[in-house]
Amino acid sequence: MFYREAGDFKKTYAEDNQTFPLRVDRWAYYLVLVIAFGAVPFFINNWWANAAIIPFLVWAIASLGLNILGGYCGQISLGSGGFMAVGAYSAYKLMTSFPDLNMFIVVLISGAITALVGMLFGLPSLRIKGFYLAVATLAAQFFLVWMFNKFSWFYNNSASGQIHAPTRSVFGYEVTGATATAPAKYLFCLVLVVLFAWIARNLTRGRIGRSWMAIRDMDIAAEIIGVNPLKTKLTAFGVSSFYIGVAGALFFTVYLGDVEVGEAFGIQKSFLLIFMVIIGGLGSILGSFIGAGFLVLMPLLLKYIMAEKLGFPTDIAAHLEFVIIGFLIMLTLVLEPHGIAQLWRVAKQKLRLWPFPH
Amino acid sequence: MSAAESYVTPDGRTIGGTVLEMKNITLRFGGVVAIKDISFDIREGEIRAIIGPNGAGKSSMLNVMNGFYHPQEGEVWFHGQKRKPMKPYQIAKQGIARTFQNIALFKGMSTLDNIMTGRFNHMKTNMFLQMIWKGPAEREEAENREIVEHVIDFLEIQAIRKTPVGALPYGLQKRVELGRALAAQPKLLLLDEPMAGMNVEEKEDMSRFILDVNDEFGTTIALIEHDMGVVMDISDRVVVMDYGAKIGDGTPDEVINNQAVIDAYLGVEHE
Repeated sequence: MFYREAGDFKKTYAEDNQTFPLRVDRWAYYLVLVIAFGAVPFFINNWWANAAIIPFLVWAIASLGLNILGGYCGQISLGSGGFMAVGAYSAYKLMTSFPDLNMFIVVLISGAITALVGMLFGLPSLRIKGFYLAVATLAAQFFLVWMFNKFSWFYNNSASGQIHAPTRSVFGYEVTGATATAPAKYLFCLVLVVLFAWIARNLTRGRIGRSWMAIRDMDIAAEIIGVNPLKTKLTAFGVSSFYIGVAGALFFTVYLGDVEVGEAFGIQKSFLLIFMVIIGGLGSILGSFIGAGFLVLMPLLLKYIMAEKLGFPTDIAAHLEFVIIGFLIMLTLVLEPHGIAQLWRVAKQKLRLWPFPH
Repeated sequence: MSAAESYVTPDGRTIGGTVLEMKNITLRFGGVVAIKDISFDIREGEIRAIIGPNGAGKSSMLNVMNGFYHPQEGEVWFHGQKRKPMKPYQIAKQGIARTFQNIALFKGMSTLDNIMTGRFNHMKTNMFLQMIWKGPAEREEAENREIVEHVIDFLEIQAIRKTPVGALPYGLQKRVELGRALAAQPKLLLLDEPMAGMNVEEKEDMSRFILDVNDEFGTTIALIEHDMGVVMDISDRVVVMDYGAKIGDGTPDEVINNQAVIDAYLGVEHE
């Protein structure tokens, strides 16, 4: 009844091709942006920022990155944790070597360094596909974590082997370190999330995105159309690693502050990211956000319900949380193998026809 | 072969000079000889058919033309120049497009996106312009969309523009694949069994599209087909292959009266 394209005429190809073709969707999108930038910073407190919103934003960037590689270009990567570590350690070295550098620039350079590393580990993708590529990228995961442990140059020879984010600011507001305020950290991450989501949408809607999807769907046919497989796959690895590197840098600098590489960027982080992308929806920008939201916010909610409302002991609540999350993952995959984004797509389709069934 | 002179066909199309020339092509897979010393040419504006029984080496020939296979002996000349061994995507950039015997569409994409992918070689904006989108990238997208919309109109698939191709029936998928090849505006279009598995009506549609493509855009077409009636009706010249060797070459009338062709392909001669 309300969710219709009727009367919403498209006069140019650009209008037909816009991200939110329906007026209602556009308004909803602008409303979310206005609330995120205009209202949330005034209400956000430390607990919400550190427990929910900042990890959600950071994982959303990482999830966008892995979705570009896995969902759009069809290359499986199990090396995300290692690539996040590259972003984190790059940010650490940059912050300690150039204390006056703007944090935005630190984060972007960390992303660029990770992109180079990612392309290096993406080279085997020309020859190997599917599970075999997953195993090859697994090597990246273990090698990178080993490297950051082994060579003390990366952690500036600190006795503990950990890296610690010093206080740095953007335009006079501290965004890292113990004294940074929640709104500043939140806005810093939010700007990057919006920027990267917008870039991801632009890249995937045009020539480059179509070449990625062509390689994903039928690489032989892509090649006879003129798509260079190596170049295309490496671009996907590069862009994806850039995102994951930025996420890693934020994860360390803004979210954790102190990092021990094996603990913070181990193989479980790679798997967590893959779960996010698959549950959210492969090949969907919205899906990346849904996946990150699901796996960051759901444990919080469960913890709250079980520990606060039902009064379970903490250790039992913690274990049950794993069981329930695992069950929810399976349930989602059985009900909709294409992720929650697909459920949303189906719901929208139904809404367009509502109240008629067909 | 000397430079061919152009002539006008009875139905008023102009056949120009040689576009692609295969010279003494031999292709071996280990001990199996797939193509034995075959030479033929394809001239500008013509519809050239390659026919032969199963396993004659027709598809291998097409794969040599667009660079999937590299022949052990022989030369490929394209637009008067000897072609160096190239990757398929480099050959695509030279202006050779093709369709596949088994449909090779991008299943996860819409009809529109599939055909837009065919424009890949004509789109030039770099990654940074693509990231910003507003400006050159969006303009280029709209320009190419217009060409794609012409192809969509031409093939009469407006209604399925935004449908994922995986959900389409077979005949329409074949048509979308032809559209994707056409969107590249190729100098030479290779069709590998464009009518395989179609019913009579779909075959008639497809024949009409092939003739119209050739007539309206002047596209040179080389096609492999099993339906003899179709081949004899639409092609200007026919190459006949059997067991990797060429056994006939000429107009449909010449080929159909060629004794070697009758023996090998059409079977026993009728009275």
